[in-house]
Amino acid sequence: MSGMDTTYAIHAEGLVKRFGETTALDGVDLAVRPGTVLGLLGPNGAGKTTAVRILATLVRPDAGHAEVGGFDVARRPHEVRGLIGLTGQYASVDETLTGTENLLMIGRLLGLSRPAARARAAALLERFELTAAAGRAAGKYSGGMRRRLDLAASLVGDPRVLYLDEPTTGLDPRSRNEVWDIVRGLVADGVTVLLTTQYLDEADQLAGEIVVIDHGRVIATGTPADLKSRVGAQTVTVRPAVIDETGRIREAVGRVAAGPVDVSGDVVLAPVSDPGALAKLVRDLDEQGLAVAELALRSPSLDEVFLSLTGARA
Amino acid sequence: MTTMALRNTGTLAWRTLVQIKHNPFELIDFSVQPIMFLLLFTYVFGGAMAGSPAEYLTFALPGIVVQNLIFATMNTGIGLNTDITKGVFDRLRSLPIARSAPLAGRILADVIKQAWAVALLLVIGIVLGFRIETGPAATLGAIGLLLVFAVALSWVSVLVAMLVSTPEKVQIFGFVLFFPLTMASGAFVDPATMPGWLQAFAEVNPTTVVADAVRGLLSGGPVAGPVTWSLAWAGGLLVVFAPLAVRAFRRRI
Repeated sequence: MSGMDTTYAIHAEGLVKRFGETTALDGVDLAVRPGTVLGLLGPNGAGKTTAVRILATLVRPDAGHAEVGGFDVARRPHEVRGLIGLTGQYASVDETLTGTENLLMIGRLLGLSRPAARARAAALLERFELTAAAGRAAGKYSGGMRRRLDLAASLVGDPRVLYLDEPTTGLDPRSRNEVWDIVRGLVADGVTVLLTTQYLDEADQLAGEIVVIDHGRVIATGTPADLKSRVGAQTVTVRPAVIDETGRIREAVGRVAAGPVDVSGDVVLAPVSDPGALAKLVRDLDEQGLAVAELALRSPSLDEVFLSLTGARA
Repeated sequence: MTTMALRNTGTLAWRTLVQIKHNPFELIDFSVQPIMFLLLFTYVFGGAMAGSPAEYLTFALPGIVVQNLIFATMNTGIGLNTDITKGVFDRLRSLPIARSAPLAGRILADVIKQAWAVALLLVIGIVLGFRIETGPAATLGAIGLLLVFAVALSWVSVLVAMLVSTPEKVQIFGFVLFFPLTMASGAFVDPATMPGWLQAFAEVNPTTVVADAVRGLLSGGPVAGPVTWSLAWAGGLLVVFAPLAVRAFRRRI
């Protein structure tokens, strides 16, 4: 359709979007390979939703261009719409219609016959465990049910590319896990997913690759592991078995630490960079006869990575 | 492409109409309120205005139908604004459907609701003693004229819906605009007793000309003049507000 590379399911270059004085996107590049999940990570107002809206043909970029499945979003929007599914940050099902009616409407809009649309609606409701609520108005659904219905609605047309704009914002942990499982299932079926989220663990759980944006610009790109290693230091945490020994344990940790030692509650923690630090610490504690209830070395969480990348704003 | 547009419009009109099943308040809005107006106007004002409720009903029923029709055009805007603020429009726009269908489907559904309200008021009017003096053709002509006018006026409602932030604001705007418009007219009284300036306004008021046209078509009397003026108003509203509304629509979504 154009000269651009179709090895990417989604490919955007130099996307710029302004709303009056505000620059929502300031030259964003994205590339997502088919059948993978890209996590678009950033704080509120970073430009995530604007990027999704451009890729879903809902707004036109002021500069730059984007292709989905090889079709230019600005010049071939109808073809792009035939490939995508969109689940918005705010559940965009019709609250006055039942679950069945919502899916039936979309099936009919996509050209399915009445019986085919009914069958598709029933199958999706079944798959998302909404069969019991199929005849109830979506406005009466719980948050998790509504999000599942919204996901089902975006899947009626069997999209090859799915945009999930903060799919779990406001959900309880259980509903969040359900949505995650659904997304994993879709990716296993070969669907390409662009996921926006403010939650680092969500990106960590689902995305093979993460793009961090802030103030409309890409500030980091890589796998979750890449991003974690970029911050470097690991953290050692020690929970004393005997509270009175906290002071001496703190001194022992200080001897292997690469930075200041902290005591948080009854846990002693400190950054370490030497690979042998943990072994050295264990020997030291043993020699002094200090008992510990818990001793761990952990990689930085994505939250820490994110904080260090975006400064104070996260 | 056109068959797709028609089918998409039909599906989206169905979607608006099937809502009535789950939101009975909408039906109350559409049925109980006009019936209440009809009963109150007939039995409270009837004797004082025209000597007897039955006498007044003959004059006022077309006026009540027109007033109800004008207020009901705001539902188009309220529905559109709700879809935009709730995100339903984003979902629809991300689908490979005809671009005109969300707007056309809403308007088609609202015309069907309007036809239902007009028919209901006529039937209840007849039960209360209203007599159609003309014939079926003239009656259908009256209903057709009312619906044409309603579609033209609904573009005002679409424009308002695109300019304000919430459905409630569409409602408030509609009330402030349409309450004086429908009252300062010949819908319920003969404007002859109004002060001169108000009389001048009432005579050109679209409420008056449409009510007069419906009176002529149902009860006999002058038809050509008021029907021509009604169509002129419909045409004028369409020419001015449809392009403004479509432009605002494109900008908003």
